[in-house]
Amino acid sequence: MESVGSINPSTLSVKDLPWQIMWNKDKCALCGHCTTVCPVRAIELGVHRKRVLQVSIGLEEKPCNLLSVYFGIAQRTDVAHACVGCGMCNMVCPNNAIMPLRSDEIDKLRFHVNQGGEPRRRGGRRNSPDSILDKIKFVRISMLTDPALDAGRHEFELRTMLGRILPPEEMQKVSIENGWMPPVRELYPLIIGSMSFGALSPNMWEGLQMGVAYLNEELGMPVRICTGEGGCPARLLKSRFLKYVILQIASGYFGWDEIIHNLPYMKEDPCAIEIKYGQGAKPGDGGLLMWHKVNKLIAAVRGVPQGVTLSSPPTHQTKYSIEEAVAKMIQSMYMAWGFRVPVYPKISATSTLLAVLNNLTRNPYAAGLAIDGEDGGTGAAYNVSMNHMGHPIASNLRDAYLNLVKIGKQNEIPLFAGGGIGKNGNLAANAAAMIMLGASGVQTGKYIMQAAAGCLGSEGDRCNVCNIGVCPKGITSQDSRLYRRLDPEKVAQRIVDVFSSFDMELKKIVAPLGRSTSLPIGMSDALGIADADAADRLKIKCVL
Amino acid sequence: MCRLLSITSTDPISPMVAIRAIDVMKEGHDGSGVGLFLTDLGGEFYNFKDEPILSGIFSNEGLRNLDRYMIDHDFMVKYKLSIKPAKNPPVGTPKRDNYVIRVYEYPEEWKGLSKEEIEYRLMMVQLQLRYMGEEDESMLIFSFWPDVIIIKEVGDPMAVAHHLGLDREELMARVILAQGRQNTNYTINIYACHPFFIQGMATATNGENTAFIPIREFLISRKFPGYAGYQSDSEVFTHILHYMHNHLGMGIEMYKHIITPLKDNELDDHPNGIWLRKLKQCCRPLIVDGPNCIIGCLPDKSVFMVQDSKKLRPGVVGGRPGVFAFSSEMCGLNAAIPDSYINLDYQPMKYETVIVRSERQKIEIWNQLEALTHPH
Ligand code: SF4
Repeated sequence: MESVGSINPSTLSVKDLPWQIMWNKDKCALCGHCTTVCPVRAIELGVHRKRVLQVSIGLEEKPCNLLSVYFGIAQRTDVAHACVGCGMCNMVCPNNAIMPLRSDEIDKLRFHVNQGGEPRRRGGRRNSPDSILDKIKFVRISMLTDPALDAGRHEFELRTMLGRILPPEEMQKVSIENGWMPPVRELYPLIIGSMSFGALSPNMWEGLQMGVAYLNEELGMPVRICTGEGGCPARLLKSRFLKYVILQIASGYFGWDEIIHNLPYMKEDPCAIEIKYGQGAKPGDGGLLMWHKVNKLIAAVRGVPQGVTLSSPPTHQTKYSIEEAVAKMIQSMYMAWGFRVPVYPKISATSTLLAVLNNLTRNPYAAGLAIDGEDGGTGAAYNVSMNHMGHPIASNLRDAYLNLVKIGKQNEIPLFAGGGIGKNGNLAANAAAMIMLGASGVQTGKYIMQAAAGCLGSEGDRCNVCNIGVCPKGITSQDSRLYRRLDPEKVAQRIVDVFSSFDMELKKIVAPLGRSTSLPIGMSDALGIADADAADRLKIKCVL
Repeated sequence: MCRLLSITSTDPISPMVAIRAIDVMKEGHDGSGVGLFLTDLGGEFYNFKDEPILSGIFSNEGLRNLDRYMIDHDFMVKYKLSIKPAKNPPVGTPKRDNYVIRVYEYPEEWKGLSKEEIEYRLMMVQLQLRYMGEEDESMLIFSFWPDVIIIKEVGDPMAVAHHLGLDREELMARVILAQGRQNTNYTINIYACHPFFIQGMATATNGENTAFIPIREFLISRKFPGYAGYQSDSEVFTHILHYMHNHLGMGIEMYKHIITPLKDNELDDHPNGIWLRKLKQCCRPLIVDGPNCIIGCLPDKSVFMVQDSKKLRPGVVGGRPGVFAFSSEMCGLNAAIPDSYINLDYQPMKYETVIVRSERQKIEIWNQLEALTHPH
C-alpha cells in the first residue's frame, strides 16, 4: 500500500481530539456553510473515496470492486485546527446534519498544544463547573412577626454605594468644618465587570453601553459598566453617558493618553476609576491583547502601533511597593478629576488579601476594593494561569468583610466581588449570597457575554478562542466580517432583559428574608450550606 | 407579637397600671416574660434621686458575691427594697432567691469626677457584675443607674406581678415602660426581655428586626463596652439610640433618620436632603428592617414612639395633660388611661416620631419630611 505520510508524536486522530464532528451524509446538503463559519477551520470539504463490493447473483459475473467518490466533511486533526466545540457549524446547518460532540474520555490534544514550545493560550474561564456559591441557600425565611414581603408589590431599596464613606462622627466633623467629603456613588449592586474595548468588538461594546444607558435613563436603574484596560472611545468620553462608566487604569496604561487628552472636554465625570492590580482569571499576570486583534481602531484608542501583541506587565512598573502604588495612584487619579470621582483598586483574590485591605483602611482616599476570584473570565491568558492560579472568591471576600468588621470599617470601604458570579447561570442567587457574605455589590462579565451576546463559552472548554480574534459570534473579534454578526441594538435589549430579570430575582430572594429597606450586606444569618467545613470557613450555618 | 406599654404621668402611678394594660392586650403575647422599666421614681426612691440603684436577680451565692464586690469598690448600701417572693412561683417562672433593688452611695473616690466619667463607670460596674454572674446565672443585672429600676422575669406578667407584689408603694413611678413578651425565635432568656437599658435610656420593641446581624456587628465594632449582650435582636434599638444620642450628639428627631432613613427621591425634596443623604450613607448599617414599633424613654424622661413603614398596625399614643400612655394596641391605651381625651389619640405613621416630654402637657409630633430644627 502506498504510504500516506508518517506518524509523528503529535499526529492525532479524530478520536484524540476533545470534540468530534458528527456529520450525517444523508442530511448534508453540501451547502458549505459549516466550513465557512468554523472559526478555526476544523472542518473542510472532504472528498471521500469508497469501495463498494458488487456481487451479482449467479455465477456468470464475477464479484468485483466499484470505486466511487462522495463529498462531505472532513475533520482536521492537526493541533492548530482542532475543533473547539463552538457548534457554529450546527447553528448554520440548514439540515442539522453536523454537530460537535464531546469526546468520551480525556483528550490527547492537551498534551500537544504547546507546539514550538509555546504553551496554550486561550480566552474563557477556569473550566470547572464547581461553584460554592451555587451551594449556598437562603435559610432564614420570615414566618412569624416579621412577615415575608411581596416581591412584586413591596418597595425595595436595592442600591449600594461605591466610595469612601466616613464614619458618622467624622462625617459630622467634616460637615461642620466644611471640609472635603469623599465622593460616594449610589449604584445598582450588579456591575458589568471590566471588559476592554479591544478585547470586545466595537459592536459588543456599543451594545453594552446602549443597554446601560437605557437602564439608567428609561428604567431608573443606576447600572454601571467598567471599561477594562483599553481606554474608551473619545465619543463616549465626551458624552453625557460617561457618568455610567467606570474607567479602568491598569499596568499597561493603554488608552490613558486619550482619556487625559479628553479631560477638558468631558461634560460629566466618570462614575469611578478602577485601578487594576490583578485579575482573578490570571492573577499575577498582566492584561493580554494578542496581535490578531490590534487593528487600526484599537491601536488608535490605545495609542499603540497596529498588529503588535499588547501584554501589560504584571504590576504597575512605576511603583515599587503596593503601599506606594496604591497611595500614589489613588491620589493622582483623584487629582485628575478634582477629587470628585471615587478611585478604588481591583485585585485578584489572594491569600495575601488582608495586607492589601489593611493598607487601604489607612488610606483615607481608597473608595473601595474590588476582589476578583479565580473563576473570573478573560479574553486571553495562558491556560495554566486560568486553570491553576488564583483564589476562590467566597472565602476571600468573607475574610475581607470580617476583617473590616473587626476594625469597625465595614461601612467605610465597600467591597465588590467578582469571579464566578453566575457561572452556572444562577446570577441573582450568587450575587445575593456574596452580598450577604459582606460584598457591597458584585461584578460580572462572563454572564453578561453569555446572556446578552450569546457567547458560546462554557465551563467545559467550549469555544474559548476569544484571544485570536476569530470569535464566531463577533463578541471578541475585531474583524468587521465577524462582528457585523452582532447587532448592538439586540445586545442592548438583552442587557435590559438581564438586569430586569436579575432585579426581580433579587427581590424574590430578599423578600422572603423580610428585607427591603436596605441591601442586606453582611446578613450572614440568612445563609446556610450543607457542608460543615464550608459553613465553618464562611461562618454561616451548616444545614443538612 | 410582643405587647408594649408606657405611661408617663405627673403623679406617680403604680406599675400595676401598666401590668393590667399588658394583661388586657394578652391576646398578642404568650406570657413568656415581662419587663418593667421605672424612672422618675416616686415613693421612697424619690429621696435618692441622684444615687445609683442596682436592679437584678441574685442567688444567695450571687448576693454574697455582690456584697463582696460592692464593698471592695467602696459602694455603701443606702436603701434597699426587699422583695420576698412567695415560696412557690407561678407556672413558668423559675424559683429565685432574691430580687434586688438597692440604692448605693457613690464611692468616695468618685467625688469630683465628670458626669461622663461617672456615667461610664456606672455602666462598667453593671457590665462587670453581669459578666461575673453570667456563667452560673448567680447574678442577673438589669440596671445600675440613678432613678431607674428595672424588673424582669420569665412568666405571665400578671402572675409575676402578684408573685413579686409589684403593687407596693415604693415602686410608684412617673414613667413606666412595660413589655409583655411573645417568645419567638430566641430561647427564653431573661436578658432577652425588654425593655433594654443603657446609660439612662431604655426602649422596648415589638416585631422582628431582620437586619439584626449587620447592625450588631456595627455596634460591637464601635468598641464601646456597653454595646454587648444582644440576646434579643431588639436590643440594638436601644444601642442605636444611645449611639446617636451620646456619640453623635443628636436629638430624638434624628432617630428615625438613622433607623428608617428617607428614600432617595424623598431626600431629593427634603430641605436638608444633602446632609441627610450623607447621614444615611454613613449610618447605613444602622438601618433597621422591621416591622417594628419602638417605645422608649430618654435620660430627660421624655417618652417617644416610632415605627417603620412595614408596621401594619401602628402603635398609639393618647391621654390627657398630666398623663399620657403609649401602647402597641388601642385596648392597652384604654386600659391604662380609661378617661383619656380620645380626640388626642394619635397613631404615628411611617414618617413620624411622637414625643411626650417630662412636662406631660402635649403630644409632640415630629415628621421626617420636615426641615431639621438644629443646624447640622
Ligand atoms: S463565542 Fe466568542 S467570546 Fe464566546 S468563547 Fe467563543 S470566542 Fe470567546
